[in-house]
Amino acid sequence: MKIKKLEERFFYLLMILSTSFLAILLLFIVSIIIYKGLPSLSWEMLSQTPKGGYYLGREGGLLNAIVGSAYLASGAVILALSVSLPLSLAMNVHLRNNKRIINSIRLILDLLWGIPSVVYGAFGFTIMIYLGIKASLLAGIITVSVFILPIMVRAMDEVMKNVPFTLLESAFSLGSTKREVAFKVVTRQCFPGIITAVLLAFGRGIGDVAAVLFTTGYTDNIPTSLMDQTATLPLAVFFQLGSPIPEVQNRAYAAALILTIIILTISVVTRFLSRKYHKTRIN
Amino acid sequence: MDNPIISIQNLNLYFGKQHVLRNINIEIPKNKVTVILGPSGCGKTSLLKTLNRLNDLHDDVKINGKVFLDNEDILNTTADITRIRKKMGLLSQKPSPLPMNIFNNVAYGLRINGIRRKKKLRPLVEKHLIEANLWDEVKDRLKDPASRLSIGQQQRLCLARGLAVNPEIILADEPTSALDPISSTVIEKQFIELKKHYTIILVTHVLRQARRIADHIVFMYMGEVIEQGSAKEFFQNPQQEKTKSYLKGAFN
Repeated sequence: MKIKKLEERFFYLLMILSTSFLAILLLFIVSIIIYKGLPSLSWEMLSQTPKGGYYLGREGGLLNAIVGSAYLASGAVILALSVSLPLSLAMNVHLRNNKRIINSIRLILDLLWGIPSVVYGAFGFTIMIYLGIKASLLAGIITVSVFILPIMVRAMDEVMKNVPFTLLESAFSLGSTKREVAFKVVTRQCFPGIITAVLLAFGRGIGDVAAVLFTTGYTDNIPTSLMDQTATLPLAVFFQLGSPIPEVQNRAYAAALILTIIILTISVVTRFLSRKYHKTRIN
Repeated sequence: MDNPIISIQNLNLYFGKQHVLRNINIEIPKNKVTVILGPSGCGKTSLLKTLNRLNDLHDDVKINGKVFLDNEDILNTTADITRIRKKMGLLSQKPSPLPMNIFNNVAYGLRINGIRRKKKLRPLVEKHLIEANLWDEVKDRLKDPASRLSIGQQQRLCLARGLAVNPEIILADEPTSALDPISSTVIEKQFIELKKHYTIILVTHVLRQARRIADHIVFMYMGEVIEQGSAKEFFQNPQQEKTKSYLKGAFN
């Protein structure tokens, strides 16, 4: 009896410890970024592109990288979503009875998920050379969308797998076609999960350095077309952190802070919106 | 029987290697309540779901035999399955409303049949909610999510939703098993009301329910039809030994 109690105690303690470890880690990361970045964060940094000498610690800002990252991540998310939503719906509605095909698709996606992003970057780069395309926003969008695609599909797939079978049955028994069941019933039922999948992919896409290192180039200008080179926030962090000048290094933390704020804001806003749909969900 | 609406001939159904339905021959009369009766696991639900081809959703099902609905063999047809399904509304054991508000749950069936204008939808939705005896309870909260209704109300909403596709037949798979006695009575009364316009096929293992509302009875045991006929005959003068012992409560 005593051993059982001790066991309970031990695992309870372990749970508390690991939870607080995670919380402290998060707090630690955020506070370092704020502590080092906030003093360098200024309106100038958010509203201007780099002027000559910016990378030596003089005037200018990171608007090019902020806009570039926003373009890149939204483009990649839209492109990936237009493939992954139909694919995950097809896997869970149309191909439902074809376990063999579904399992192979899941295996392929899991393998793709496991490939490091730098490999996608190198792959994108090879294709670009082969096709004769220069580093550009478009090349970056395509590379990042390929990189976040498996994450998005698998995240949606996990949610759609759990749609109650009786719900599918009743939708079909009303005489719905597979397309109607997929887009009118399953999509609605899984809406919060789809949002989460998109957010997860967006976060990975906007924060990744390696996939864009070879594919987007880097420029001080805001891109005006898909074929322009573009700067991104993760690369801005990367370049500035490597500088020997302390002011520039601090600006790297400011850039990281901007990146974090963007991700947090988008995540809070979309979660709020998806809650509106959450209440019609059937358990 | 003259002019049955559904006629099932030599139906066999397998889930993998399991022989679930054995050589079923049934005729179902029009505008009557036909009760498929039998102990749990005797294949009642599988039989019901064969009628609107819902067993197609499973991957390891094998079916042979013939099911005639309006002189069309629905098992061996090249016709669109959705058209066959629209001839029947299904009520399942546990109500599963669609993930949308009350109005749209009923309007869903109308919309997939091509009725999209709000002006036309509104009176039809009202009509079907009245038919399902739910209108008075929900008329002021049509925008509320269906999941907020009580489970008895949800079942009636599913009935209204099924009626909205304008079916000839209502398939009900133990529709009252998850409901409280009062809600069950409401549903049962509704069935008696609805049989003027619809043919009702009800699956149940509750003998008392069958006594209350059945016009015609099909008694099944272990995947086979043991006895079928009018409810009066069945209860007063059962022919088979198995039926007699079932009516005495031997299998429950």
